[in-house]
Amino acid sequence: MNLSLLILIPLLTAVAVLFMRTRQQVKWVSLFGAAIQIILSLLLFVYYRNEVAAGNTAQMLFQQQYEWFPALHISFHLGVDGISLALIMLTAFVVIAGILVSWNIEKMTKEFYFLLLLLSLGAYGFFLSLDLFMLFFFLEIAVIPKYLLIGIWGSGNKEYSANKLALMLMGGSALVLVGLLGLYFTGTERTFDLLKLSQSNIPYNIQMICFPLLFIGFGVFSGLFPFHTWVPDGHSSAPTAGSMFLAGISMKLGGYGCLRVATYLLPEGAREYADIVIVLSVIGILYGAFVTMMQKDLKYINAYSSVSHCGFVLLGIGMLTKTAFTGAVIQMVSHGLMTALFFAVIGMIYQRTHTRMIDEMGGLLKKMPFIITVLFIVGFCSLGLPGLSGFVAEITVFMGSWEHPDVLHRIITILACMSIVVTAVYILRAVSKVAMGPLKATFSHLKDAAWNEKLAAVILLFGIIAIGVAPFWLNDLIRPGAEIIIKKITGGQ
Amino acid sequence: MSEFISLMKPELILTVIIFVLLFIKLSKGIKNDSLLNVIQFLLLFNFASGFLFNHEGNLFGGMYHTDKLIVVQKNILSLGVYLISLLFADWFKKTEHLSEFFILLLSALLGMFFLISSGNFLMFFLSLELATIPVAAMANFDLHKRISSEGAMKFILTSAFSSGILLFGISLIYGATGSISFSELPSAIRVNSLQILAFVFLFTAFAFKMSIVPFHLWTADVYEGSPMATTSFLSVISKGAVAFILTTVLYKVFQPMEEVWYNMILLLSVITMITGNLFALRQQNIKRFLAFSSIAQVGFILVGITGNSPEGLTSVVYFVLIYVFSNLAAFAVAATISAHSGKENISDYKGFYQTNPFLTWVMALALFSLAGIPPTAGFFGKLFLLKAGAANANYIYITIVALNLIVSLYYYLRVIRSMFMDKNEQPIEKINVQFSTKFGMFICGAGIVLVGILSWIYDYIQSLT
Repeated sequence: MNLSLLILIPLLTAVAVLFMRTRQQVKWVSLFGAAIQIILSLLLFVYYRNEVAAGNTAQMLFQQQYEWFPALHISFHLGVDGISLALIMLTAFVVIAGILVSWNIEKMTKEFYFLLLLLSLGAYGFFLSLDLFMLFFFLEIAVIPKYLLIGIWGSGNKEYSANKLALMLMGGSALVLVGLLGLYFTGTERTFDLLKLSQSNIPYNIQMICFPLLFIGFGVFSGLFPFHTWVPDGHSSAPTAGSMFLAGISMKLGGYGCLRVATYLLPEGAREYADIVIVLSVIGILYGAFVTMMQKDLKYINAYSSVSHCGFVLLGIGMLTKTAFTGAVIQMVSHGLMTALFFAVIGMIYQRTHTRMIDEMGGLLKKMPFIITVLFIVGFCSLGLPGLSGFVAEITVFMGSWEHPDVLHRIITILACMSIVVTAVYILRAVSKVAMGPLKATFSHLKDAAWNEKLAAVILLFGIIAIGVAPFWLNDLIRPGAEIIIKKITGGQ
Repeated sequence: MSEFISLMKPELILTVIIFVLLFIKLSKGIKNDSLLNVIQFLLLFNFASGFLFNHEGNLFGGMYHTDKLIVVQKNILSLGVYLISLLFADWFKKTEHLSEFFILLLSALLGMFFLISSGNFLMFFLSLELATIPVAAMANFDLHKRISSEGAMKFILTSAFSSGILLFGISLIYGATGSISFSELPSAIRVNSLQILAFVFLFTAFAFKMSIVPFHLWTADVYEGSPMATTSFLSVISKGAVAFILTTVLYKVFQPMEEVWYNMILLLSVITMITGNLFALRQQNIKRFLAFSSIAQVGFILVGITGNSPEGLTSVVYFVLIYVFSNLAAFAVAATISAHSGKENISDYKGFYQTNPFLTWVMALALFSLAGIPPTAGFFGKLFLLKAGAANANYIYITIVALNLIVSLYYYLRVIRSMFMDKNEQPIEKINVQFSTKFGMFICGAGIVLVGILSWIYDYIQSLT
């Protein structure tokens, strides 16, 4: 299958949107583009499984390589393995849901959809790239659309949040850039190619410098403690689709980068710094969970819980076992779907009640059965109810981290497990306050979800339940990729 | 004779154009509108002719030197001047002395052509003067504004001062080595205190022209006082030309002194970048803002120069090409707004997107390119400069430079935020953009988007170095 299509379709859709005249045309063209993209990504999944079933054991499938700045050893190099495929499917799901949820946006519709599509282009490109320069290029492409989405269509203290987000993410990518240049100049061969770099021996002292640069740089994107402060502000100020993209896709760029670039290319650095990584991530998990308990705004609840949940991703990466890596990737996919749906539901509620404060709501289940039922499901997924994706992801991470018999890892695993209890507290409190109790008179005229909202919710719910009920297909997809990374780290033992 | 014509073709064409303009000036009765069209045509011809019939060689015993890379550099400058004639049409149509302005501008450009081609410090000095003195007159072109005269005065005084220092440096070089020819000097250069002193004096002159800190103090005042067309010429074309010749002088003539100038430029680039960035943070006037941001950009060019490799040279030329598109586009939007509403403050731009989406997008593209955000060309330009500079594996230096990128992003975003996000009851009214300005902006926009992604442009320049 031609992987360039996955980059080309969002690009063409974005350009086509610019030439549309009416709001309706803009919306339908974007939806059409997103639909093609989701079909392509599912097709890719089928092809990928067929290839693997046919015995193709190459690390990266469907590779494509073209010359791009040959004098600087940069090439346009695409390829997928199970890990990136899982995240590409996640992106496709979240993008189409985000486009459906923003159906009623009236302010500068064309620009809004253009920026959404540009952001999705950055994500697809990032997951597909096998060249570190390209990877960095797409990573940065995704920053400015976020800034404009929050700053123009956001709410609350939006300029501040937008600035904070853009500057912190650019700070992260500046560190990534220095790290990448370090890799380029110290590998056995001058190249930005990920596969070639993974074969070359990078000296120990360079690994010790570059690993923190790369890990912190990508960590900023995925809300690594203490660089998570953009997460709550950015998510709560962003428009609904913006939050969905931010939490659902953009934070995954960081997790993927930490795993694929920092950990895979710098195995010795990863081993040396693993303890610091897991300590920081468990602080993030607990801190995020406890802060969420104090929040009264639904968006802040989900934003802080994202810090907590993304902590599991980094915890899984820091544990350096095959199962934990698999768990980290499953958690990325699961959290992406879940949190996107959560933000979508919050957006739907806010559109109707014009408030996001849980104290001001109540009894909404009677008026909006569909929306609130979805809210229940998402909440249960977030607190890790078996049968939904959150449970699968977290249990895999814990199983992976329990493989380490020493005291530090045991303590950290137990602490991370305890956060689930806290999660249950805040989720149940929030959901029950919104759904149950007496209905306010001002809310008596509210209507349930429209077709576009229902469709968006169903698409994301499909993903959540598909992972929750039958986790093995995702597990089988990710495991070989995780195995290659872990082999590099343990030195093939 | 034929060698003279074929090698000196760019300079000769420019001289002819200058004379044509002089004759037009003598014959009265041509309106500004049609005169501007003629000038635009002539400049387009000048730019196009830069691609044809190019040869390599030396003239006047090595005084004048040209090769393919120098031709590319001259073409970049010609392109910039052509774009200036398109972009500032509003101001040109209003000014009383249009042909004089272009006579001065082209004389300065002629000086720059000779400057890039010079193979001898004597030639270098003469052409630098030719490239500087007309600009002082151009800076004074808003005749009714006092601030304009003040800027011009500052400019002429600092240039005179720096020329004096330059001459002193050249005489020291001559005294120490007995030669002022670029080709003979490298074998005669030694690292001793006299020659280092000479080099420092020489470099000071460069620093004045490129406004490298601590010789940048004239920049903001001159930029603010001059008409926008002059400001953009100063900040783009003149800096670009000096950057080209600086690279040649450092890489060819002072190569034996590499350790000395490497550390010096390392330090200066950091100071220049930080100073430019910190001062740009607080500017309200868009011209002063762009002045300080251009100081920071020069700091970035120096990063590429520290690379001391063909890659460094390529990345400098490539960056200047991108800088021509991005900075001219930014200046053009500011000039259009200023010409129509008289407003030059960033806070006046609030709510600008509501009334003028086209101009806002051009400005946004230009600023993103200056800030180095993909997919604009500025991203590639800055990254390749950084990559050239990183070849010496000085990680602390590279980290400082990369962190400076964030500071610069902050103030570029300030303008974006003002235009896109801030609310304003009375935004600047809808501006009817002149056709030629619009056309120029399209070229700049296309340049900003395409020069980066189309990698063959970089490869072509690389193949020449």
